[in-house]
Amino acid sequence: MTEAKMIVQHNALHQGAGRFYRSLQKSIDKLTREPLGMLGFAVLALLILVAIFAPWIAPYSPITQNLPQALQPPSWTHLAGTDEFGRDILSRLIYGARITIQTVLSVTVIVGPVGLIIGVVAGFAGGRTDAILMRATDIVLSFPSLILALAFAAALGAGLGTAIIAISLTGWPPIARLARAEALIVRNTDYVAAARLYGASPLRLLFLYIAPMCIPSVVVRLTMNMAGIILTAAALGFLGLGAQPPSPEWGAMISSGRKFMIDNWWVAVMPGIAILLTSLAFNLVGDALRDLLDPRHARS
Amino acid sequence: MQEFNLKELGKRAIQLLVSLFVLLTVTFVIGRVLPADPVGAIVGELADPAAFEAMRQRLGLDLPLYQQFFLYIKALLHGDLGTAILTGNPVMQDLSTAFPATLELATLAVIISTVVGVPLGMAAAIFRDTLIDRIARVLSLVGHSIPVFWFGIVGLVIFYAGLSWVGGPGRVDTYLEGLVEPKTGLLLIDSLLAGDTEVFWSAVNHIILPACILAYSAMAYITRMTRSFTLEQLNQDYVVAARAKGASSSRIVIGHILPNIAVQLITVLAISYGSLLEGAVVTEIVFSWPGIGQYMTNALMIGDMNAVVAGTLVIGLIFMVLNFLADLAYVLLDPRTREAS
Repeated sequence: MTEAKMIVQHNALHQGAGRFYRSLQKSIDKLTREPLGMLGFAVLALLILVAIFAPWIAPYSPITQNLPQALQPPSWTHLAGTDEFGRDILSRLIYGARITIQTVLSVTVIVGPVGLIIGVVAGFAGGRTDAILMRATDIVLSFPSLILALAFAAALGAGLGTAIIAISLTGWPPIARLARAEALIVRNTDYVAAARLYGASPLRLLFLYIAPMCIPSVVVRLTMNMAGIILTAAALGFLGLGAQPPSPEWGAMISSGRKFMIDNWWVAVMPGIAILLTSLAFNLVGDALRDLLDPRHARS
Repeated sequence: MQEFNLKELGKRAIQLLVSLFVLLTVTFVIGRVLPADPVGAIVGELADPAAFEAMRQRLGLDLPLYQQFFLYIKALLHGDLGTAILTGNPVMQDLSTAFPATLELATLAVIISTVVGVPLGMAAAIFRDTLIDRIARVLSLVGHSIPVFWFGIVGLVIFYAGLSWVGGPGRVDTYLEGLVEPKTGLLLIDSLLAGDTEVFWSAVNHIILPACILAYSAMAYITRMTRSFTLEQLNQDYVVAARAKGASSSRIVIGHILPNIAVQLITVLAISYGSLLEGAVVTEIVFSWPGIGQYMTNALMIGDMNAVVAGTLVIGLIFMVLNFLADLAYVLLDPRTREAS
């Protein structure tokens, strides 16, 4: 690399970084004017902190049974009451946050790259590759995802790992579609043409020039998907196909609390509130991110 | 114009067939390839060796995979989905009694969600940024975030256990069960046909809560989409022109905007209907509703893969056909797809 080229690149990087910080600053400014989005971020931050520091925050063990204390209504000693084994529901919810976050992150880590690669390759290659990949995407999109996840989990045996795989199997198509649309725009830009002229190989173009440009919108879309992942995971847990007892998975907690719902409502109701708040927070954050990053969707 | 439609329709039909084939392949993999012991998964772990061997022969598990696949499809085409362990009946027979219950629930839910969601979405768009828009936004946000099975439990705790406004789990009060001859399998219609008002009102009393709860989750999506479709139309010149000519607001909305968003709405409703069928699966468990969802879950508990796979097939099939019909409506009704080749 010649010195001149290095300097140019350095300057470009510097400028890019400056622009990045400025736009970040602007985004944060905008965000502070979006109270609901801020609220969503706050709830998520709290959830992540709770998940990390669960052993220090939880007042009781999530698993140890204490039968004399079974089915106590919410009180100052047990803020969310106790379940049929006398376990403190709040403590179980706090530990359950770990499972929820683990599920959401695992699915996202699988679905994000898979969708991105399929979409970018389809958009970049065009022609028959594009047609085949997009048909496949459409087909998976036309599957009922919860039912398919249910059947997969049934065939592979219940467990958190199976649930994660089952959700991922039908989770990638929206990402792939988005990445393809982005790639279609990016592949016609001047800098890609310039790189091509310099002799960059297709693979190099694909992974160093096109894919990185698609990442921001993919990340937004992934955030918006997270609420759906939480609900599907909770549904699988509710059906007994997620994490197995005694692990404090929120959906499974609702399922076991259902037996006592008439006389001891809190056992089933409390975990649902946790699920509702978490997926609400993800939806709010997703909406706010979309409004921030995509001016076409700006609401005002 | 007709030629374009035919070509487009043919394309969609081929796509549907390919999707169906993939669905068959996926269910084959789920039922026969993934389980470590497919025979045990079908006859049960406690079956005697003779039954085990007979089933092994019948499934052709000693044959290569592709031949097994052909056998599977051949059996399906003959309407043979295998036998359910739990009931001992052919799965097909079980499904045909369970499916109308699910259909009734999901259909009522889609009607409720349309009747509430479409006007709400239109109102939210017309009175943008007013209180009604905010309410619609909060309602649909919560609807997108609420676990439907949990909402069902909360509904039961409040309206059944607390207030006793509605009937509890099941389709009718226990003492009225089986009184009406199942002609269509849809209890609301069967009881009316038989002229049995007591059963009818009991059925209404039992279906109203699960239907409303299911409807709410679909309504979130319908409201949101209707709002954005209407907003798009409000900015069009023809609305301004109609207004300038002195057309009343209600006339503009019903006479001009509604017909223009009808096609898009049909697509949304078809998708909602599909997702309602899916949502019904978890809701049924909460309400002990004897539909496909409960059937599949019960089968799941004892590892009866025949029943699980058959349920997946039926719901997947309906899902795809609904998607196809939505596409069809688009191709047939939307003038824009007519002109574009």
